Order: sequence, then C-alpha cells, then structure tokens
Amino acid sequence: MMNSNVVNDFVVKFANTNGTGSASANNMFAKAIMRMGIPVSAKNIFPSNIQGAPTWYEVRINENNFLGRRGGKTEIVVAMNAQSFVADLEDVKDGGYLLYDSSKKLPEHLIHSNINYLGIPISAICLKEYKNPRQRQLFKNVIYVGALAALLEIEFDVLKTLVGDQFKGKEKLITPNIYALELGYQYATNHFSCPLRYKVERRDLIDNRIMVDGNTGCGLGAVYGGATVVGWYPITPSTSVIEKFASYCERLRIDPATGKKNFAIVQAEDELAAIGMAIGGGWNGARAFTATSGPGVSLMQEFLGLAYFAEIPVVLVNVQRAGPSTGMPTRTQQSDILSCAYASHGDTKHILLFPQSPAECFDMTAQAFDLSDRLQTPVIIMTDLDLGMNDHLSPPFLWNDKQKYDLGKVLSIRELDEAQNFGRYTDVDGDGICYRTLAGTHPSKGAFFTRGTSRNTKAVYSEKSEDYVENMQRLEKKYRTAATLMPKAEMSSGLSNAQIGLVYYGSSGQAINETKHLLQEKGFPVDLMRIKAFPFGNEIKPFIESHDMVFVIEQNRDGQMRMLLTNELEIDPAKLNPVLCYDGLSISAQEISDIVCTTMAKKQPKQEVV
Amino acid sequence: MSFAKSKFQHKKLPVNDLGLTYRDYEGALSTLCAGCGHDSISSAIVHACAELSIEPHKIAKMSGIGCSSKAPNYFLNNAHGFNSVHGRMPSVTTGANLANDDLTYIAMSGDGDSASIGLGQFAHVVRRQLNMVYIVANNGVYGLTKGQLAATADKGVKNKGGDLSLFTDIDLCTTALQMGASFVARCFSGDKAQLVPILKAAISHQGFAFIDIISPCVTFNNHPGSTRSYDYVQEHVATGAVTDFVPVKEEITTKIPAGQFEDICLHDGSVLRLHKVKNDYDTSNRYKAMNDIEEHKQKGEILTGLLYIDPTASTFHELNNTTDTPLNKIKQDLLCPGERVLGTINDSFR
Repeated sequence: MMNSNVVNDFVVKFANTNGTGSASANNMFAKAIMRMGIPVSAKNIFPSNIQGAPTWYEVRINENNFLGRRGGKTEIVVAMNAQSFVADLEDVKDGGYLLYDSSKKLPEHLIHSNINYLGIPISAICLKEYKNPRQRQLFKNVIYVGALAALLEIEFDVLKTLVGDQFKGKEKLITPNIYALELGYQYATNHFSCPLRYKVERRDLIDNRIMVDGNTGCGLGAVYGGATVVGWYPITPSTSVIEKFASYCERLRIDPATGKKNFAIVQAEDELAAIGMAIGGGWNGARAFTATSGPGVSLMQEFLGLAYFAEIPVVLVNVQRAGPSTGMPTRTQQSDILSCAYASHGDTKHILLFPQSPAECFDMTAQAFDLSDRLQTPVIIMTDLDLGMNDHLSPPFLWNDKQKYDLGKVLSIRELDEAQNFGRYTDVDGDGICYRTLAGTHPSKGAFFTRGTSRNTKAVYSEKSEDYVENMQRLEKKYRTAATLMPKAEMSSGLSNAQIGLVYYGSSGQAINETKHLLQEKGFPVDLMRIKAFPFGNEIKPFIESHDMVFVIEQNRDGQMRMLLTNELEIDPAKLNPVLCYDGLSISAQEISDIVCTTMAKKQPKQEVV
Repeated sequence: MSFAKSKFQHKKLPVNDLGLTYRDYEGALSTLCAGCGHDSISSAIVHACAELSIEPHKIAKMSGIGCSSKAPNYFLNNAHGFNSVHGRMPSVTTGANLANDDLTYIAMSGDGDSASIGLGQFAHVVRRQLNMVYIVANNGVYGLTKGQLAATADKGVKNKGGDLSLFTDIDLCTTALQMGASFVARCFSGDKAQLVPILKAAISHQGFAFIDIISPCVTFNNHPGSTRSYDYVQEHVATGAVTDFVPVKEEITTKIPAGQFEDICLHDGSVLRLHKVKNDYDTSNRYKAMNDIEEHKQKGEILTGLLYIDPTASTFHELNNTTDTPLNKIKQDLLCPGERVLGTINDSFR
C-alpha cells in the first residue's frame, strides 16, 4: 500500500439506492469542495427507475481543472447499496477506501487485503437517533457526508453554511441536518485516523464560476431570450429544461400590476403537438420553443420540415440520450447529429448549436431565438444528458442589458403602408431571407397563406417547376447566409508544430484539456478545434487541411459529425479519424487519448527493408 | 392557364359597420370540385364574418391537410392563414392562440384530419378550451386520395369503389361533448339559413366552439347507399331548433311565433335565439345532447342545429391566467429580467 498523501486529486463515488434522498447530500458534498476553492465535477449515473435501483454519484476533485469523467478505479467508494455492494467493492482502487454501513458485519469473502475499510454503523446510529422512518433513511446520507468531512478534512463550517443555504425558508430542518453531519463527523474522528491519504486543501481556483446543470442554463437562457410560448412533452433527460423555465417564469415573468403571466406553457399530449404549438407561436410572432430528446426528435421530424419550408422561427432544445429507439434513457450520447441536421423528408437542413458548458447552454439558448427570428427557420440546441443533468463548474451566466433582441425581418404596419408589391417569399435583400408579416398587422396588406406546399414568391400555391426550384435555391442561399451568422469554431493552436488536430464539440469539451495533457505526455502535441455550430463556417476546413492527422471526437457509434464534415465540406473521409466513445457514460480523457495513441501507432511508417 | 376572380362589385351591395361588403371577405377562387359542400361552408363563413363586422385581418385561418384544409384559401383574403400538416392543426392553432389571443381563430378541418390522424390533437384542443371555432367539413371520405372511407363514415356503408365500412364510426360532436367543448353544433352545408347564424354564434362564443358540418363530396361520396350524399342528408335531417343570431347592437324585435323559444346571451352581449322544434330541446345539458345524437342516429336521422352551449365557460387564457397583452406584443424590457437579477441567480449556484 502507498502512503504518500494525495491532495485535491481523487474521485469519491457514492453508491446509493434510487429514491432514498441521497442526491441532495451528495450534491452538498460536491458543493462543499467547490466552496473550498477546489475545482470539482459531479456525475450522476442513475437508472431509468423511480425507486429501488442502484444509482451512483461520482465526484472528481482536481485542482488542474481536469473535470471530465476520469474513469478507472476509484479512490474512495461510499457503498450504501447492498444490491451493488460487490461491484462497488471491486471498484475500489488498490490502497483506496470503502466506506460502508457496518451495522451488519461484513462476510469474510468481502474482506479484501488491498483496500481499506471504513465501517460506520450508520443504520444503527439512525435507529437510535431518529424515530421517523423517513428521517432514519434520509439522515443516513447526511451522516456519511459528515464522516467524509472528517476523513477528507472538508471544513465543517462550509458544510454548516451549505445546510443553511439549502434549507433557507425551512429553518426547522437546519438543526437536525447539522446534527446528522456532526454524528458522522464525530464517529469518523473517534474511530479512524483522520485525514485519510486522500484529502482536500483549501485553494482559490474557482474564480467566479458557478456549479449548475446545463438544463438550468437552457431554461434560464429561454427566459432571457424572451421566450413566451412553450409546448412540451416530458421526456428524460430534457424535462428539467422546461421545469426550470417555468419556475424562473413564475418568479420573474409575472406582471406585477395584475398578477398575470407573461408566458404560456402547455404540457402537450405528445411531442408532435409540443413542437406544433411552438411553431404556431413562432408563426404568430412570439418567441416559442420546446425541449425533447431523441425519441421526441423522431416524432418532430415532419413539423421541423414544415418550419424549414414554410420558414417559421422555432427553437428546439435537444438533450440527447443513448439511442436508438428507447435505448438507454438515462445515459448520455451525441447521437442525434445527423437526424437533427437533416431532420424531415425532402431536402432540409437545420441550424444546430453545440454548447459545451451550462454557461453556453444559457448563451446559445438565448442566442437561438435571435438566430431563429433572423433566419426564420428552426434552431436546435444540441446538448446531452451529461451536460444537461449533471452539475458542472461553469463560467457564470452573463447578460448585457445593452443586448437587444433581433426579431428579424418583420414588417410593421407603417412599413406595410409604404410597401409596394409585397411578396412573402421574395428575396428583396439577396440574402435568401424574405420579409414576413404577422396576422392582425395591416387591414389590407401583407396577409398571406402559410403552407407546407410549394408556392411562388407571393406565397400563392404553385406546382410550376421553376417556382419550386427557385424557392429551393433561395432556401439554400439562406442557409449560406446562416453559416455567416453562426458562432465560429474555437481554435486552440498553441503548438504551431503540432501535426495532430483534435476536432470536438459539445460536452466532450470537458475532457479536452486533460486529453491534450495526456497526449502531450505521450509525445503527441495537439491542436484543438471545437465546432460550435452547423452550418459550418469557413474556418473549419483550413484547420483540417493544415494537420496531418485529424481526429473527430464524438459520443456516438457511427461518427456522425465526421460524416457531416465529410458530406458538407467534401473532405476525404480518410483524413478524419474517428474517436468514438458511446457507452452512455460521460466521455473521459483516458478513452480519447488511448484511441488517438492506438491510431497513431498504426500509422507509424514501417521501416523499409533494404 | 390562370384562374382569376372577378373584382366586380355591384354598387348596391350592402355594407357592414366597417363599410365593407361581403366581397371584402372573400378569398381566392376555389379549386375544389364544382358543387363541393366545402365551398358552401366557405361562403357561409364569408357571410358570417361580414355580418359580424369583424375586421378580416383580425382573423387567423387555420387548417391541416385535405380538401377541407384547402378551403381557408377560399375565404378572407385579408386574413393570414396557416395550412399546416395532416392532423396537426390543433397544436399549431394552440401555439398561435397562446402567442396572440386578440385574433379570432377559425379553423377548418376534415374527417380524416380530425377523426383519424388528428383525433388525439382534436381531443386535447377541446380539453384545453382554446378560444376558437373548429369546423369539420365532414363528408365521410378522403377526397384528395380519391374516395377511401373516413372514420366518420357510418358502419355498413360502402364507398364509391364498393369498400364496406366495417367499424363503428366516430361521432365528432359526441367526442367534442365528452371532451368538454362549450359549444357544439351540427349543420348541413346545403342549409345556409341554418349554418350562417350558427357560425356567427360560434365566432361570438368565448371558448371552444365546434361545428361538425355534413358537407357532401360530389365526386366520391354522393352515390346511392351513401349516408353523406346530398339526397340522403336532405331526407334524413332532423332539427331540434331553428337558430337566429341577434347581434349585440340590435334590439330584439323578432316576433316569436307560437311555441317555445329560448334566448341565450353570449359573452359579447349578442343573443342566440332558438326556436324550438322539439319541446324537450335543451342546449344546456351536455349528457342529453349526447343522448339525443345517438337516439336520432338509431332512427337513421342526423340531428342538426345547436346541440350544446355553455356561455359562461372559461377559455384557456383565463384558466392559465395569461396577461391581457398578447404575448407576441410584450416588449423585451418586460420579458428579460436583466443583468442585475442574473447576478443574484449566479450567486445561488455558488
């Protein structure tokens, strides 16, 4: 066993049972680390189940800000679930620690010599201290957090303050929670040598960052972006996007004079209706959106095609999960890239935005409404379960009060008065974006019939080939205009001599700095390019062409972004090496680095035999 | 080849309160079959809106897919329209209505659009009590795909090609009553005298107004043996009451003939006067209305007229407590909480 101390660089994994109230205690643990100024990330690995199935909460503490999932075995496992106990025991690293409920004696065959056991009779303590069965269950979680505070040297005052914050307005709960923390803390202090080999030490490495999930970012971004109309259908992992939007609206969007709502949210009967409502709202000049995941996207295809062809603004947040079909509803993936980029039958192309942090979820959702109004077309924000539902250390949400909504080309009554020969689908400015009018604006000008059928520039139904082709070509032109309005890919080319380029997008960004570090250690300096949007800007192809070896990192089986790059930029597929991690768990730097190294090893030129 | 509608207007055409004639409420030239019942519906809508003096541009015409859904193009040229996708008009109308409830929403659907592919959306838009007029032009067949039986076709009838309807039909009035519609009527497209007052009442009604209009398909469902043909419907119509619509501004001076009548005051102060043909006719009893529909059906009759009305019903926006300003007109300063608030929100995540 190793004896050297490890400070601020280890993983603590909590193995719990779904529905036992462990989430808030585990979250308190992670947040306490953050409040001590130490970078931390938390991954909730939960089942598609309400109560009873195993669930894990993995907290990575790393002062280098390597905050993607680390993978590998774990330094400290808190094993509170009998069902998964054996597997959790196997997950402990050599020399690591297993904290468990020792109310019942562990059978001999579960005692391993290569790990340390921290037995705390948690159930027995709760049985003695609490009468209420629910409290006996809930405070188990708080007791182990208290014990960890002693074992890892988490500042107890930080935990106490957190409890106060967590139960603000429910003061009755503060004292018993602090008492439970103390029970755990005292037990650990009295029975174990504290701190362990692994411990935390206060730092000042958080800056102004916040700890929040991406779905909150999207929901709040929609509030700031001016969304007023929502149709939605519950689906994991996107449900909390709308729930957050609703809760912020209830706080921030009630007319103080009347007490009435400046928003309308309808829980629809299905995803078809959900996006139908959003499209109806967008057509009528409100900022409207919906949120869903893969199965919902499949159902929304026809409507996305209508919104593309009839040119109606609508925003869709797609929190991706593991497909196909029902797949793994509570696991993460980036596997809807192609189905969203080309959603619906016929020649359709949609705008995709790829946020990598909760702050970007906020920014890009707010920005999506401007883009959608400007371009009169659907905009899809491509997040995923990992980004959406896990807490991340993120830059703060930012808004500039000088920012004005871009409502795009909507003719006012005055402009219509002056307009000559209005045609809804006439490309007046040559950018492919036409002027639209809203119902009820003008008594005699600007009315038109919105349709999913072919029409001429005056919005009159037409089956003439030339009208159809002209319209389709204009839509293509509009798409080229869209490419100029998209957020540019982010380049990090610190190493001018790097021959390897890593291309990535979305939540894979969490693992990228560590990946770069690992590859650098192995003698592979790399340049980075993060794709932030589709359609692709002009900056993407030159990056790919300027590197000998390009890797496209993504969380799906088929290399969907690689296909999109190949298809849209006419890049030789051989130039793009896939790095595919799609097991449903958050992507890790180790996985990426291993694949890159393996590929590089195969590509080494063979020595010529003379 | 172009189809242009004559713009000629007779100088003596009557004008409404806005100074508009019924011609100002017309739409494009219909491309439906000559004699299609749907054109009679379009004409009735034109007259109803003109007589109500509604500004045409304050109306939104909504539809899905099918012959019936083409019809909004043939009335109210100065109103925006939305011909959406098959069976999905209710959700689009819901969103449009959420965005702006200052408009009058007149939606036109068909039996395929509402009773088959769109049955789910139909049921839910009724439940939500959206303030709209929902018209189904019901001919019992799919016209654009050439005569397949619709879900509203009576069990046991045959289509033009000889296919037998094997299953129980869906009665959309009964469905609307079950789902909580606050205005339900059934009409015959060939009876303009009945249709126009009911349309006017439906438009004036605050809440979900449903009108199932038997609208014969001259091309695919007008053959002997059809229960949706002109001849069959005319011979089997039963009417519970004759409806007059008295606008809010008019004094009620109509002489009431001997017999029973009932005045129903609508939300805007206008009056719906029912001259009862049947003594036990009762438009305030949802369950009796369902029963009456079924009783007539058992006798081979189609009960038409206003079947049910609740003039006090709440609309979606009232239930949702939405602000009086249409959501699409609220400015950024009221929608965006701003930097300072965001700073506080950020602090809650530290």
